[in-house]
Amino acid sequence: MPHTTAPARQLRVALAQLAPRLGDLSRNLGTHLEWIDRARQQDADLIVFPELSLTGYFLRDMVPDVALAATDPRIGQLVQRAGAADLALGFVELAAGQRYYNSALYASAGQLLHVHRKVYLPTYGLFDEQRYFAAGHRIQAFDAPALGRVGLLVCEDFWHLSAATILQAEEVDLLICIANSPGRGVQGPRIKTSDVYGHVARTYALLLGAVVLVVNRVGFEDGLCFWGGSLAVGPDGELLAEAAQLDESLTIACLDPAELRRQRIITPLGRDERLLLTIEELQRIKRRSYEHEAAPRRFDD
Amino acid sequence: MNTKPPPVDLTINCPLVAEILTRFIRCEIQRTGFQRAVVGLSGGIDSSVTTYLAVRALGAENVLAVTMPYTTSSQATRDDSRLVIEQLGLPTIDAPISGQVDAYYDQFPEASQMRRANMCARQRMTILYDQSVAFEGLVLGTSNKSELLLGYGTQFGDMASAINPIGDLYKTQLYPLGRHLGLPESILHKQPTGDLWVGQTDESELGFSYATADALLYLLVDRRWSKTELLAAGFDPSFVDRITERVRRNHYKRRLPIIAKLSHRTVDRDFRYARDWGT
Repeated sequence: MPHTTAPARQLRVALAQLAPRLGDLSRNLGTHLEWIDRARQQDADLIVFPELSLTGYFLRDMVPDVALAATDPRIGQLVQRAGAADLALGFVELAAGQRYYNSALYASAGQLLHVHRKVYLPTYGLFDEQRYFAAGHRIQAFDAPALGRVGLLVCEDFWHLSAATILQAEEVDLLICIANSPGRGVQGPRIKTSDVYGHVARTYALLLGAVVLVVNRVGFEDGLCFWGGSLAVGPDGELLAEAAQLDESLTIACLDPAELRRQRIITPLGRDERLLLTIEELQRIKRRSYEHEAAPRRFDD
Repeated sequence: MNTKPPPVDLTINCPLVAEILTRFIRCEIQRTGFQRAVVGLSGGIDSSVTTYLAVRALGAENVLAVTMPYTTSSQATRDDSRLVIEQLGLPTIDAPISGQVDAYYDQFPEASQMRRANMCARQRMTILYDQSVAFEGLVLGTSNKSELLLGYGTQFGDMASAINPIGDLYKTQLYPLGRHLGLPESILHKQPTGDLWVGQTDESELGFSYATADALLYLLVDRRWSKTELLAAGFDPSFVDRITERVRRNHYKRRLPIIAKLSHRTVDRDFRYARDWGT
């Protein structure tokens, strides 16, 4: 989003909160085409699908069977269908060396602009992603002509402060997290996991002075309830749009590019960041941990 | 029993839980091409909650309630099942199991109460699975989290089902949910019982109350409290040991049979797919 002082056109983002069919690539490709058409009918400038939107989540041994190269013509067809709208979606990426990544891609004007490979693969509790996926090694922002500087994260990446810190240093205008978050915790007014996502999204939006989008899926897989509740938060931390929980929905969020400029004047946290200080301190802490591990230790009595 | 557990908040948001479980039943049944469900209705809180949820999910005409009394089943049990069936307007089949169970045990008159109770549970399972074919519906499970963890159920009997909507709710959490769903008062107020023999109640058979066990299980399983922490909080050491041991000893009931591994890819070990594979 250009930080213009002139009144800029609002940008319309479609949060495509669907329920993919588990392991049914061809059907999910068809669903994406339909949803892209619907989003375009609503003049979307950007259409965002959830994590692993082309395949479903609990793939396990199906991972190799549903993997696609990022440049696969079937994805190309979706990008073409999006036309002038930008497109973000989740898929199993087949990469060199028979590696499979839980990836998010971003395409614009018929071009693949960026692929983010999920860095933090949850392997605890109900999750076992490291068994099936290779971990990404990069968190990098990129420039999208209409949307500005964009950072793309996948689900668990969002829970790591370091990822947000890196994207703050990248000076993103828009942070997109595509998610497959199963609901846990039914004590309070809303599913607890959804509350936590909301807190994190609002916090990041404020701290980065950026728009934050979280697009989560709905539906069930083996008893897991994906809660949806996709949301868009403005750079002031205020909620711009929120999709219903549990239901499929195509929700349009309107982003005002001028708000980015205002927020960065009001609270210029990015400007005041001391990146070198952060780097030096992290290096010191890393050195200390090496030294600690190398030091001889006594046995406990 | 000298256990003074700390106050443990097992509150659930009943409307939210009912909404999730209703959608769960509908989604998991319809994705396999079915529209209907079969429930073994005992008139207790577990099967009644499951039935009410199923009606919300599928409509009353799509939920078959099967009552399967044995000679010793109490009148209260039969009355409460009837109440649920009438209140919801369910299609129903009454299939008493006394004939088949007694015919078998005529050969083994010395059989213990426990053997007979397990046999009853397994006979009911075979009837439910048979009726599920006739009704073209899936069998809904009625085992709650307390029972599953404590192993207080019959393997391949009442623990058998296609899908189980209440298996992640403790026994004590089913009462507020049942109230929210509008279960008859008599079901909400009666002592939990498997009705396995005359006068049987769960809590007298188990030797502890569900309230105490649920508090301990919640801290132990959900919150991952250590034994040291549980004792410091006031739980009786022998009670903690007893529950912990029950959970361990009964784990086999919660798993598929162990398969001897020979090949590179063995079912349930390194042949891993979701149950909802391709749906």
